[in-house]
Parts: sequence; C-alpha cells; structure tokens
Amino acid sequence: MAKIIRKSDSFYPIYEHKSGAKDVTHYCPGCGHGVLHKLIAEALDDFQIRDRTILMSPVGCSVFAYYYFRVGNIQCSHGRAPAVATGIKRVFPESIVISYQGDGDLAAIGGNNIIQAANRGENITVFFVNNAIYGMTGGQMAPTTLVGQKTTTSPRGRSVANEGYPVAVSEMLATLKAPVYIERVALTDAKNTNKVRHAVRKALQIQIENKGFSLVEVLSACPSGWKMTPVQAKQWITDYMCKQFPLGVFRDTSAEIEPSPAVKNEFISHDLFKKLDIPDKPFRAVKSETPPVNYQNPRLKIAGFGGQGILLLGLGIAQAGMQMGYQVSWIPSYGPEMRGGTANCHVNLSNKRIGSPVVSQPSTLIAMNLPSLEKFECEVIPGGLIIYDSSLINRPPARKDVEVLGIPATKIADDLGNTRIANMVILGAYIARTSIIPRQVVVDTLPVFIKRKNLVPLNVKAVDKGIEYVSQ
Amino acid sequence: MGKQLIKGNEAIVKGAILAGCRYFFGYPITPASEIAEAAAFYMPLVGGTFLQAESEVASINMLYGAASGGIRAMTASSSPGISLKQEGISYCAGSELPIVIVDIMRGGPGLGNIAPEQSDYNQMVKGGGHGNYKLIVLAPNSAQEMCDLTMLAFELADKYRNPAVILADGFIGQMMEPVEFPKAVEKIPEKEWALHADADDEKKLICSIQLDPDVLEKHNLKLQEKYKKIAAEVRFEEYYCDDADLVLIGFGVVSRVLLSVVDILREKGQRIGLLRPISLWPFPSFQIAQLAQKIKHFLVVELSNGQLVDDVKLAVNGKKPVLFYNRMGGIVPSPEEIIAHIEKTVKA
Amino acid sequence: MVEKGGLEKAKVIIREDECKGCGLCIEACPVDVLFEQNVLNRMGYHPAGYKGEGCTGCGICFYQCPEPGAITVFKKGYVEEEVT
Ligand SMILES: Cc1ncc(C[n+]2csc(CCOP(=O)(O)OP(=O)(O)O)c2C)c(N)n1
Ligand code: SF4
Ligand code: SF4
Ligand code: SF4
Ligand SMILES: [Mg+2]
Repeated sequence: MAKIIRKSDSFYPIYEHKSGAKDVTHYCPGCGHGVLHKLIAEALDDFQIRDRTILMSPVGCSVFAYYYFRVGNIQCSHGRAPAVATGIKRVFPESIVISYQGDGDLAAIGGNNIIQAANRGENITVFFVNNAIYGMTGGQMAPTTLVGQKTTTSPRGRSVANEGYPVAVSEMLATLKAPVYIERVALTDAKNTNKVRHAVRKALQIQIENKGFSLVEVLSACPSGWKMTPVQAKQWITDYMCKQFPLGVFRDTSAEIEPSPAVKNEFISHDLFKKLDIPDKPFRAVKSETPPVNYQNPRLKIAGFGGQGILLLGLGIAQAGMQMGYQVSWIPSYGPEMRGGTANCHVNLSNKRIGSPVVSQPSTLIAMNLPSLEKFECEVIPGGLIIYDSSLINRPPARKDVEVLGIPATKIADDLGNTRIANMVILGAYIARTSIIPRQVVVDTLPVFIKRKNLVPLNVKAVDKGIEYVSQ
Repeated sequence: MGKQLIKGNEAIVKGAILAGCRYFFGYPITPASEIAEAAAFYMPLVGGTFLQAESEVASINMLYGAASGGIRAMTASSSPGISLKQEGISYCAGSELPIVIVDIMRGGPGLGNIAPEQSDYNQMVKGGGHGNYKLIVLAPNSAQEMCDLTMLAFELADKYRNPAVILADGFIGQMMEPVEFPKAVEKIPEKEWALHADADDEKKLICSIQLDPDVLEKHNLKLQEKYKKIAAEVRFEEYYCDDADLVLIGFGVVSRVLLSVVDILREKGQRIGLLRPISLWPFPSFQIAQLAQKIKHFLVVELSNGQLVDDVKLAVNGKKPVLFYNRMGGIVPSPEEIIAHIEKTVKA
Repeated sequence: MVEKGGLEKAKVIIREDECKGCGLCIEACPVDVLFEQNVLNRMGYHPAGYKGEGCTGCGICFYQCPEPGAITVFKKGYVEEEVT
C-alpha cells in the first residue's frame, strides 16, 4: 500500500468546469457523495483504468460528478443514465462505464431503465447513492424515504397509506438472472466505509473482467436534506436506514460466471448491396406492346378479407409493373386492422410520375369479397374495370357503365389444392384481360416477393389458370 | 444501379446503413415498426448493433450515449413515441449530438390512430422539447427520398453537429415504390469532440447543463449562430410555379396528392403550381416570399389543424392571401376533393 | 514541503482551505489527534486541524472526509518526494 494517502489522480487537479472555488467540491459538509467519489477515484487509479473510463453523471446532487472525475464524462437526463451507459458501452465494449445515480434518479424516474439495463446484463457498474431523499431539489421525499421520515413533501412523515413502503432496490434487482453482483453497503464508521471501498473495487473488477452487470447500493448521508449535523447524520444511517435497508450481498455470481470478451463492432463496408438484399445488376426495363388505351396507366384498388393475399396480389402487379419500366406505387392498409378484418391496397402503374399514391377513383377494382365490392364499386371510374371473385361473391356488380369480369378464383385455387392462391388466379386474369404485363414478366418476378420459394411453381400454376380462364 | 421495390420504412434503414449508420435503438410502434424490424435484421450483418429499448425514453437516451462515441446512430418511432422522446431530443440538441430521428407520423392526439397525419409538424419543426433549439427536419414524399434524405440527414447532422429528423407520415412509411440505392459512404467523419474511451477523453465532456446564466446564454447564442448557417441547407421542389396564379403548398403524402391536383388542373388550362418544402427546417421562407411577389394566392394543404400554414403565413407576411385546407384523424384528401375546394373558394 | 523525521513518524496534513468543517474526521480518529480550529477559513468553516503529535497514519480520517483534497495522510516510512 502506498505510503501516502491523498487525492487520487483520477480527480482533476483543478475542477475547471466548476464556477467559484475550483479546488473544493460543491457538496455540503458531511455529504456521502464526496466520500464515494474518493473511493471510486482511488479504484480507477489502482486498477489503472482511468484512461478508458466513461462516467455517467445523473440528475441529482451528483449532476456535477463530471467536475471532478478525470475521465470521459457524459451528463445524462434524469433517471436515464443506465440507458445512456448502454449506448456508449455498446460503442466501446472495452471501456469501463460507470453509471452514478441517486435514489430519486435510479429508483423513481429511472426505475425501469435500471431494471432493464440490469436484466440485459449490461457490462457496466452502477453506484447507487441511497440517501432516502431528493437532495438536490431541497429535501423532498424519495422512493427510499423511510416510513415516518419527514421531508418537504412528506411534512407529516411518509405514510404507508399514501406513499407506500420504501423501495428496496438491491433486493428487487437481485431477483433478476443477469446481474453478477449486487451489494448494499453503508458510509458510516471506518469498518463499514472499508466495506464500501471493497464493494466499489469488486464491482469495477467484474466489469474489467467482462463478467457483466454490477450494482453497489450505498447508504449515504445527506445532512442538509435530513437537517442534521454530519455526525448525527451518520448515526442516523446506522440507527434507522440500516434497519430498513439491511446491509449485505444480495447477489454474487462473479466466481462462477464466464467472462464474455468485449468485442468491438467491426465496421463492415464491403458487399453492402449484397448484405442489404439490394439487386446490384443494372436495371433494364422489359419491352412489350402497349396495352389498349383504357387499360393504360391503371389505378387499382384491391380489396378483400385479411388472409386472402390481397396485399401480395397488389405487390405482384407493382413488382411486375416496375420490371416493365412503369412508375409504380403500392400502399397497403396497415396495422392491426388487417388482422382478421378487411384488407386493401392501392396500386398505381404509370408512364409518368405518380402523384397521389392513394387511389380514390380506381380505374380497376379487384374485389375478393362482397363487402369490398359493395364498398368500392361506386368509386370506379366510368369505363373502368371490375374484377371479382365469383366463387365468393354471389351478386355481380350493379354498375352498367363499367367492364365486369367475374372469375371463380377461390374455386379454381381450391381445385389446385390451395385456396390461398386465389390471389394469383386473379393476377393471371388481370394481366390476361388488360395485357398490361406479359405472363413471363409476372413469372420472373414472383420469386422476388414470394417468401417461400417452394411455393413459386404452384403460384405460377395459379397465374396460368387465371390467364386460361380469361382467354377461354 | 439495381432498382428495388421497397417500403419507405425499409428504404430508411438501407439508406442509413449505406450512410454508415451502425447503431439503432428503437421501440415498436405502428406505422414505424418496419424500421426497427429491418434494422434488427440488417444491422448485425454489417457489424452494427440493434437494440430494442424498454421505451422511447430509453431509446433516445441510448442514442445520446452512443452518439457521444462519435459513431452514426439513429432511432425511429411514431407520434406518441416521439412525444416521449422529446426530453432526450432536447438534451441531444443542447449537447450538440449528431443523431438521426425518424418520425412516421400517425393520428392524434393521445393514442389517436395509426393512419397518416402530419400533426407532429410543430413538435418536430418548432422543437417539441424545452429550450431554444432547432432540429434539421427533412420531409420525404417517396420511398426514394426515404433513402436519400436519410443519408442526407446523417451528413447534415455530422456537418452541423445537430440532431436531424426524417418527418414522414404513415403512407410514406408504408408505401412501396422503386428505389435506386446510391453508393455507400465509405468512411464517416472523424469527430474530435467525441469520446473514444482513451486518455484524451478527460478533456471532453458531453453535457447540456450550464449553471451560469452568462455561460448558458453564450451557449445559446452559439447555437443560434449555427442555426443561421444551417439556413443555407434549405431544400424544396417547385412544380409549375413559374406562371402560376395559385400555388399549392404541402409536404409528404399531401404533396403527392397536390401533384395530381396540379396535373389535372393544368390539363384544364389553369395556372396552378406546387411548392413542396423538402426541408421543413430550415423552411423555404425566402422562396415563398419571392413567390408572394408574383402569384395571386397560396393554398396550404395539410393533415393537421394547421401547423405548416403558420410558417407559410410568416413567410408571405400578409402580401397575398394564404388559404388553407386540411383533414385530420388520418384522412388523406383525394385530388378531386381538393379541386372541389379550390373551385369553391379560390376566385381566379 | 520537507519535514524532518518524516520517515520515522506518521502524520496528517489538512488543507484548511479545502475543509468544510464537517467534523467527521475528528469524530472518527481513533487516537483523537484531530480538533476543530477556532479560526474561520475562506468558506467560513471552522477547519479541522492536527494536534501535531500522535497520528498513527491509519488513514481513517481520509476515508471519512468527503473532500478529495482536504486530507493527506503520511504513513510511517513515507518518502518526502512523494508530496507534490
Ligand atoms: C425530468 C426531470 N424531473 C425533475 C427534475 C428535478 N430534479 C433534479 S434532481 C431531482 C432529485 C434527485 O434526487 P436523487 O436522485 O435522490 O439525488 P440526490 O440529490 O439525493 O443525490 C429532481 C427531482 C429534473 N431535473 N428533471
Ligand atoms: S443536499 Fe444532501 S446529497 Fe446534496 S450535496 Fe448536500 S448533503 Fe449531499
Ligand atoms: S490517520 Fe488515523 S490517526 Fe492519523 S489523524 Fe487520521 S485518523 Fe487519526
Ligand atoms: S472530514 Fe474533511 S471536511 Fe470534514 S472536517 Fe475533516 S478535513 Fe474537514
Ligand atoms: Mg437522493
């Protein structure tokens, strides 16, 4: 052991960021934060990890921890230090990341953030200063305030009926599987302070060894908030806080845990198109004859039940249309409404830039169930086309000013052995009737959007059945 | 380059990765979830990290932490989630962290619905969080722009050390269109202010707190100076504005509908044009003011109670009438509906 | 700062200007060699002082003190050059 015990190198020699006196902290006389700072700084020195340490300053009296610690510093929003710590640790797995938090910060506003960081087993070290009060804002009640303890927002003492019991953070977090080490210690007499010193070192050691999450809860004096002298305050920790918050190790798997090495992300920039499933062949549009005028630049609305493959049908048209060199757009009905209910999509194929992708006046309506036909029939432009599944819709469209094509798509699909490919039968019928897309283009593009490749041949068969039905 | 028929939401992720983004922190919400899903799929393939956070609050704070390390990182959400992120966004703006936030807007207020709205205009363009800050806000109106503007957002964020936002609506997020992906950014800029987990870090500090009012005012003045510089990044599209009497103004999916309106009415011989702000901040105020010199009236169309229209009115400054048409609740007006409105209210 | 006899005797130095007069060191010193001074320092606190004799170099006061730089403890056998 060093022969001289003095201010650690892991403190800035001069607190440049601080206004006023730059050689003393901003903490009140007798505040526990300062002592804990010293124990942490000493450990950073002794373990020689200062250079790669990044410290989260919370919101609370230790908001200015960054004045003092001569490390990489990030000041965090109230309660979110574990999330911020997660972010930076994921960028620098080899760094030593410390989340320093008070009880309001960690146990109240940031309650979920600490639980989730602990549960993910982030390889970070949390120093949790439990002083049973909101120090910084002037002594209001904290989640850890003792029953009966008077604060400025529990002026008659914390009442169980109104505010519930104090939150036991260490015990709670110890129920999780991931945390490696959780201990509660107290900054009281020399013996207990020495235990704090050891706990601080152990927690950091666990991170150095890449073993995972650790948290040290430190019962700590707030003489100002408690309205006591520093000496009284320490006694109060022993007499009252330690009764409510028993000291001890609540979780320690450090001996059995296997260290997982800190692997820094490798920035991969080669073969990105391949990795991102982006085709890197130059695009070449398929040439073909122009369809009859009334079928050009179609604006399609396709509608039916969820599960009928409505969206996929639209996609098939859009995908093949793109291959033909058309401008295309496809908009689905989206979200939970799709499930079990109706589904529809809007598809545009056009020779020029597509304005509204929303099809309010379709030139083609594909209706795969009766409600869809009833709902959208009126929207179709005069001279437009309505294709409907006549195996499910027993009344043909009433409109007399449009072209109507009924096809028993579901029946045909059923005969092929899979009712779910009725959409492809319709697709075949649509391209056969309008000659907007040659069969071969559809066949070539099917594999792009049909996820299960072994189903492609069956889908092609369905398309052909649709074509065949129309051509008869 | 190859062309791909792809959802706007997915184009964002591919664009981000091509821009060198390797960190994504998100939380599911319709209609933005495909962004997180695509990030979850692709990030690990390119040496990146995807993490589903416990909330939008956590995800923006993870982003804050990750961006402190000087890498390119992003998050995405939709309106209610963006509301939750606002405190963190303010911290990122105050600490001058270059992050990218995607907002695929949905109907509000409250839980509202998942249909497209544009009612987050104010909370993104005006700064929904506390403090005197500005976000760079880009408003794509196609899947192609979802990719291109995301890449631009990363570039501008780094260039100005400022958060940048992609503000799109549910339809632009959900819509599939062909996208031609540009070449990947090979190296992202070095950032000397960022933490690197090395001995130099002791000289660095990521923070937004400045207790001393004089110092905080100075910081604010510095930010305002920066914002003045960013004004040069204004982007917009004009369509038939040259000889127009009536100029329509709208962004996102609305601008697509307005495009149809212009096409239809031009065919009928009407002198109508479209100005589409691509950057909502910086706002094309100058261009609108110039148009105000020569045209007869403006019609602003938006999917909100009238948020963009305020900025247009400020730019026009009373010189010409600024008419307004809107839908709320997730309804996108049809071109015919807007044309009917024009015929009823706009006197030639 | 050179003090004769340093090698034989432990000692404690309190930087009065960094002391906040909390008294925790005084309370904790097992051999009672610290005391509250009558003077006021620049912050208006009564700083702790060393009686000048009897420090064992145990370090307890250092670890009770919340101020990083207020207390320096020299154990028996320390080397003067270490003081910076
Ligand atoms: C979002 C938000 N809410 C409230 C505050 C105000 N605030 C500052 S510190 C604090 C309490 C801190 O208490 P604690 O975490 O126990 O730290 P201590 O000061 O006791 O060390 C609060 C509520 C804030 N800064 N931000
Ligand atoms: S208020 Fe309490 S916690 Fe804050 S500095 Fe003072 S003593 Fe410490
Ligand atoms: S080092 Fe020990 S003996 Fe010396 S003054 Fe401090 S507490 Fe007392
Ligand atoms: S513990 Fe430190 S601050 Fe308190 S009286 Fe002693 S030297 Fe001064
Ligand atoms: Mg507290």
